[in-house]
Amino acid sequence: MKILNCPLNGPRNILEFSYGGEFHPMPDPSRCGSKEWAEYIYFAENQAGLVTEWWYHLASSYWFLAQRNTITDEIVRTFEVNEVFSERVEFSTQPEGDQNNG
Amino acid sequence: MPFGLLKFGLKKNYPGNHRFTPANKALKNHYDVVIIGAGGHGMAIAYYLVKYHGVRNIAVLDKGYLGGGNTARNTAVIRSNYLTEEGVTFYRESVRLFQDLSNEFGFNIMMENRGQLTLAHNDAAIRSFRWRAEVNQHLGVRSELVDRKTIRELVPDLNLSEEARYPIIAGLWHADGATARHDAVVWGYARGACARGVELHQLTEVQDITVTRGKVTAVETNRGRVECGCAVQSVAGTSSVLGMKAGIRLPIHSYPLQAMVTQSYKPVLTPHISSPQLHVYLHQTSRGEVVIGGGTDPYPLYNTRSTLEQKESLAAAVIELFPYLSQVRVMRQWAGITDMTPDYSPIMGLSPVKNYYLDAGWGTWGFKATPICGKTMAELVATGKVPTLIQPFELERFYRFEQINEAGATAASH
Ligand SMILES: Cc1cc2nc3c(=O)[nH]c(=O)nc-3n(C[C@H](O)[C@H](O)[C@H](O)COP(=O)(O)OP(=O)(O)OC[C@H]3O[C@@H](n4cnc5c(N)ncnc54)[C@H](O)[C@@H]3O)c2cc1C
Repeated sequence: MKILNCPLNGPRNILEFSYGGEFHPMPDPSRCGSKEWAEYIYFAENQAGLVTEWWYHLASSYWFLAQRNTITDEIVRTFEVNEVFSERVEFSTQPEGDQNNG
Repeated sequence: MPFGLLKFGLKKNYPGNHRFTPANKALKNHYDVVIIGAGGHGMAIAYYLVKYHGVRNIAVLDKGYLGGGNTARNTAVIRSNYLTEEGVTFYRESVRLFQDLSNEFGFNIMMENRGQLTLAHNDAAIRSFRWRAEVNQHLGVRSELVDRKTIRELVPDLNLSEEARYPIIAGLWHADGATARHDAVVWGYARGACARGVELHQLTEVQDITVTRGKVTAVETNRGRVECGCAVQSVAGTSSVLGMKAGIRLPIHSYPLQAMVTQSYKPVLTPHISSPQLHVYLHQTSRGEVVIGGGTDPYPLYNTRSTLEQKESLAAAVIELFPYLSQVRVMRQWAGITDMTPDYSPIMGLSPVKNYYLDAGWGTWGFKATPICGKTMAELVATGKVPTLIQPFELERFYRFEQINEAGATAASH
């Protein structure tokens, strides 16, 4: 059994978690162009080596980050999101310039 | 005929399925075409280029040995019952080429038309099968929704009990489903290509790619620098890593895909059986082994280790379908690294680098595409024009948000 050390729930079977994708700063969807948005949602570094990625604990709906070696499958470190986000990120839901059109 | 067979049988140099071993040659410092990766795909591209387009100065480079990547590791399911028009048309053409491949090579690839039965355990699956059957039939692919009675006739030993955890309620029968000896396919292409002057260099790793003013000019290998007129990458699991060396970021994640095979038993099972709900598929080879595969590992990794969890889950699913297999012994297990795209369709054709061509994103389903991929990619390299059949699969589709969604037809059916 492979163990992942969850920052909230402690060491658990990795099958209790879901992989959530590579960690990339998200562009603001209402401001960025479609090329940048496509790059963000579809494209990946997919590196062989040390990577930072999102993980999710299914039972407790808890998102966190992990550093993992994608060659040796060693989970080097897991940490809470507040290490990279110091404040809540707000995104407007309407495209720039459309704000007044309802 | 029997005497002829006897003569072959007693001969020391049995002319049958010899493994193809390329001659060792010095690496030249220039080739017109450099193909990176000597799997089925790379060798097929070389074969069609030299045989049908007269391009001679070709090198195929592989960091390991001929056909030692996913070509050696796949479970050899060949089928064309996909969901999208683009996919069905493309794979249909590949299945057609497979039918004639032994003649093309003068070498037996052991093509067997066994049919494939995909199982529905719920209403949603029936809806999707009905949809696939309609699309398939419209495009001339043999595919039909079948009931439990027909399933029992097709596979008498299948567990059709209503007491099962997930009872089987219907199936998608694909008479065109087939299998072939995967090694023979790559050896056939390699033999044909090398006989016509293609150079195959094993243990030759491409470590860097030189791009000058938007064009590839050379590749750096562990055996030195090789200049090239153009280059093609066919490296499956390591597509992203190699692509980055040419400055190309791809919409790919690399996941291990595990499989296993039992010892040989008497022939009991003819068609391929696949259950998307149980995440398992299996068939019995002509040698009698039961080949068992499923879905990819749950997270990306560049490591072909095996896990007990996956083996347990495959075994549990197989025993649910065929309870009598509970006593069989697993003989081998292995994994390959699969290059998965978000829409479960490949990435073929042009790239942002002008003379650098992509043959990637084949994930868990690319063996069946080997002939048609070779043929169309060779046409592209030789003429510079993207063949109609592969236009929908270009990398650009992701920037246009025009994915070719095969998710429903590909997961755990390969
Ligand atoms: C367990 C498993 C089961 C599968 N089952 C099926 C199935 O039933 N049906 C189906 O259609 N498909 C299946 N597939 C998928 C199929 O195997 C692949 O899509 C297909 O074999 C890809 O062929 P290829 O020639 O592109 O890649 P490969 O055969 O992997 O060849 C790529 C080659 O590139 C070489 N290479 C990599 N990097 C470099 C470099 N930097 N320099 C030089 N050489 C390099 C590698 O050594 C390798 O030999 C399965 C895959 C796996 C792992």
